[in-house]
Amino acid sequence: MTATLLALAAIFAELSLLAFGGGNTILPEMQRQVVDVHQWMSAREFTALFALAQAAPGPNMMVVTLVGWRVAGLPGAIVCTLAKFGPCTVLTALLLRIWDRFKQARWRPLVQAGIAPVTVGLVAASAVLITEASNRASWSLYAITALVTLFSLRTRIHPLWLLAGGGLGGLAGVWFV
Amino acid sequence: MTDLTAPSGVEAPPPSVGEIFLGFLHLGLIGFGGVLPLAHHMMVEQRRWLTQAEFTDLLGLCQFLPGGNIINMSAAVGMRFRGAPGAVAGICGLIAAPTVIVLALAVVYGRYQDNPYVTHLVGGLAAAAAGLLCAVSVKMLLPLRKRALSLLVVAVCFVAIAVLRWPLLPVMLTLAPVSILLHARFRK
Repeated sequence: MTATLLALAAIFAELSLLAFGGGNTILPEMQRQVVDVHQWMSAREFTALFALAQAAPGPNMMVVTLVGWRVAGLPGAIVCTLAKFGPCTVLTALLLRIWDRFKQARWRPLVQAGIAPVTVGLVAASAVLITEASNRASWSLYAITALVTLFSLRTRIHPLWLLAGGGLGGLAGVWFV
Repeated sequence: MTDLTAPSGVEAPPPSVGEIFLGFLHLGLIGFGGVLPLAHHMMVEQRRWLTQAEFTDLLGLCQFLPGGNIINMSAAVGMRFRGAPGAVAGICGLIAAPTVIVLALAVVYGRYQDNPYVTHLVGGLAAAAAGLLCAVSVKMLLPLRKRALSLLVVAVCFVAIAVLRWPLLPVMLTLAPVSILLHARFRK
């Protein structure tokens, strides 16, 4: 149990410090660690947890808490949450005082311009991996993913409605598939 | 440029640790998907903890560092007004309610996950969540579409992570410096 908690703490503390560009960039690595390396759950279970977390309010990385819960119960949930949110916020709080000097440095926009495409590549990888894992059960689920993508790009409809629509669409599958 | 550590020129008095906790607790409860626009509304317009310029400065720091913007923002704002206790209050306030809610959802899901209705409902939900992620990546890709160098980095990163399934740490440690150097060398 302690070994598992330590492994979870190490994985999520590392992810916390690698999450340049926000939580969506680290989903592939989280999935790789949790599903492939440690085999704590299947890829489909992982996406189910991701979906549950997306349906709840708050910052979009609550999937971390659920992974901890699924792997090691309440202690796991607490360890993962602290490990994921601790390191990056401590870093931010520490750098707050020197940010004034830092933000006017000439290298800063260059660094940001270089990191931006890495972030985009990681989010695109997340999108493809999560789509593939969540739609493995049935090809018809790809229709839901495609429709939600389209609606999200073309309209200003609230994401929560799209999630609700997707859930209903999936429910309809009970009778049609 | 404003000095982030000095007292601000905002009209409202600096929030107490309790007010910081409650402010972010509120944000954590109402924010679905994108919390950032709501955070801006609360801190700049409603409670006037920060001016627009201060908000932009802080956001710059939070975007520059690893971690979610709003996560880092809660710690930065708390730290700025009340030091370490404020930072802890900010982040705890932000994640307290969502943590309880997702765990409640997980307990319910765990109990009924073998029910075919629940399986299909969550299956559809996951497909929709994937769609939202696809839309986000398209939106992030569009501003880079005319920059060949950036697109090349996007493609290499995508292949390394999604196709080859390489670990993030070595990919990041190699690709980020290379990309920064290339972008610095070939910028317009």
